[in-house]
Amino acid sequence: MSAAPISLKNLTVAYDRHAAVHHVSGTFAPGSMTAIVGPNGAGKSTLLKALIGEKAIASGAIDRGGLALASVGYLPQVAEIDRTFPLSVADIVLLGAWRQGGAFGQVSRAMRERGRDALATVGLEGFGARPIGSLSSGQFRRVLFARLLLQDAEVILLDEPFAAIDTRTTDDLLRLIDLWHTQSRTVIAVLHDFDQVRAHFPQTLLIARELIAWGDTASAMSPENLLRARAMSENWDEAPEFCDDGHRHVA
Amino acid sequence: MSLHALLVAPFADFGFMRRALIACFALALGSGPIGILLMLRRMSLVGDAMSHAVLPGAAVGFLVSGLSLPAMGIGGVVAGLAVALLSGLVSRSTSLREDASFASFYLTSLALGVLIVSLRGSSVDLLHVLFGSILAIDNAALILVGAITSVTLLTLAVIYRPLIAECFDPGFLRAVSGRGHLYHLLFLLLVVLNLVAGFQALGTLMAVGLMMLPAAVAQLWVRGMPALFAVSIATACISGYAGLVISYHQGLASGPTIILVAGGLYVLSLLAAPSGAFRRLLPRRHFAKRMLP
Repeated sequence: MSAAPISLKNLTVAYDRHAAVHHVSGTFAPGSMTAIVGPNGAGKSTLLKALIGEKAIASGAIDRGGLALASVGYLPQVAEIDRTFPLSVADIVLLGAWRQGGAFGQVSRAMRERGRDALATVGLEGFGARPIGSLSSGQFRRVLFARLLLQDAEVILLDEPFAAIDTRTTDDLLRLIDLWHTQSRTVIAVLHDFDQVRAHFPQTLLIARELIAWGDTASAMSPENLLRARAMSENWDEAPEFCDDGHRHVA
Repeated sequence: MSLHALLVAPFADFGFMRRALIACFALALGSGPIGILLMLRRMSLVGDAMSHAVLPGAAVGFLVSGLSLPAMGIGGVVAGLAVALLSGLVSRSTSLREDASFASFYLTSLALGVLIVSLRGSSVDLLHVLFGSILAIDNAALILVGAITSVTLLTLAVIYRPLIAECFDPGFLRAVSGRGHLYHLLFLLLVVLNLVAGFQALGTLMAVGLMMLPAAVAQLWVRGMPALFAVSIATACISGYAGLVISYHQGLASGPTIILVAGGLYVLSLLAAPSGAFRRLLPRRHFAKRMLP
């Protein structure tokens, strides 16, 4: 389904000159399924935000191979969304049809039909009219997945999709992710559960601000690599030297 | 006193009361939805800040052509938009958050406005600018208010979907359309326009009252966007009508009375509404089983 690879070329993303993602290079192959793993503050979410163009790049580049940002599906961390907003479940799911309906286009019967199907797929059949404020956090996560289904994106980025939800919801949603993988969509997910990563994700990108390992899950998640990742996240230098590559960011 | 004399006669007998009432209804139609959207964007106090920011522009208009609503209105729009844009710019290019930069700009703006008015006008003029006089609305002012309301409602209808999407999940809209800032900007323009409309009637300081109080009332009673808009508009209309009637019979200043009625409705809602304080204290029966969708 997705044609071009997404390449990071010596990518650095910084907050207030402290690099959160530091000189990372590599490629997400089309149709690959990659877990991004690393300790808290390792730059995992930052990397995703750079991929969708929300966070500015300090140096280096991202080559999306001509892929339009609109065909990237992104699941934000749930804390970033106001769940008391007075919208219905169907409203949220139908946002996924933005590429067809746009800002002003009509919401066609076919779109509504697809919205209902997507809700049924995530196990929320008939929930369309409910206000999102009445949903549990697991149900709300399912709604966001239904929106992703409707988006029909070639590349799907998930930021901690299973944080704080029960195992049944997690299993249902993992099945969806596996389905996306068999449809040759590129899936990139930030995850914390190592067993989950080993069981479902062929590729792993292990990061602790700097790239520790990127490749087959089995070799990337070796005990030595995990130990290195933990050690690197623990040393945070208040006044580090400037990086000597001539750019503005610091190491 | 008959009911007719109490409720209808003031408007049947006096043209200025009729014009005031129509102006209130027009303001309610525009400010109601704008207030709801401000609240959902967590910008309640930004509306307040903007209303102060309008002042220096209005003051310059006042300096140039005296108490003329069009001149003061245009000045107000320019000043309000300038503050909104500058605040947005500052929050994007520095570490100051948008509310902090709004506060800095509006305070500067308010001081400048008061200074300009006091340069030429008397304190009576200053009071007029700060607190408005709804009973002095003439036909030109009425047309201006009506035009602003029409533009507001039409624009909201056109940009409704992207505006709500940008409110709910800005990251998503940025990804799928990339024009989120444009809708945010259009919305800020509508806020400024409505503040200028409310300006003649209620003055710069209280124009925002007819936006935020009805919006707060609506949030206490209902859920869902259409219901929120309806309740907010209705509350603003009732406040306008009741405020005018009370101020007429009691000889009170009309602007503050209107806002006080809205404030009264807010307090009532706090006590009686489903999500209000009083209901939460009472033991409520709950459903025996989970509601089916």
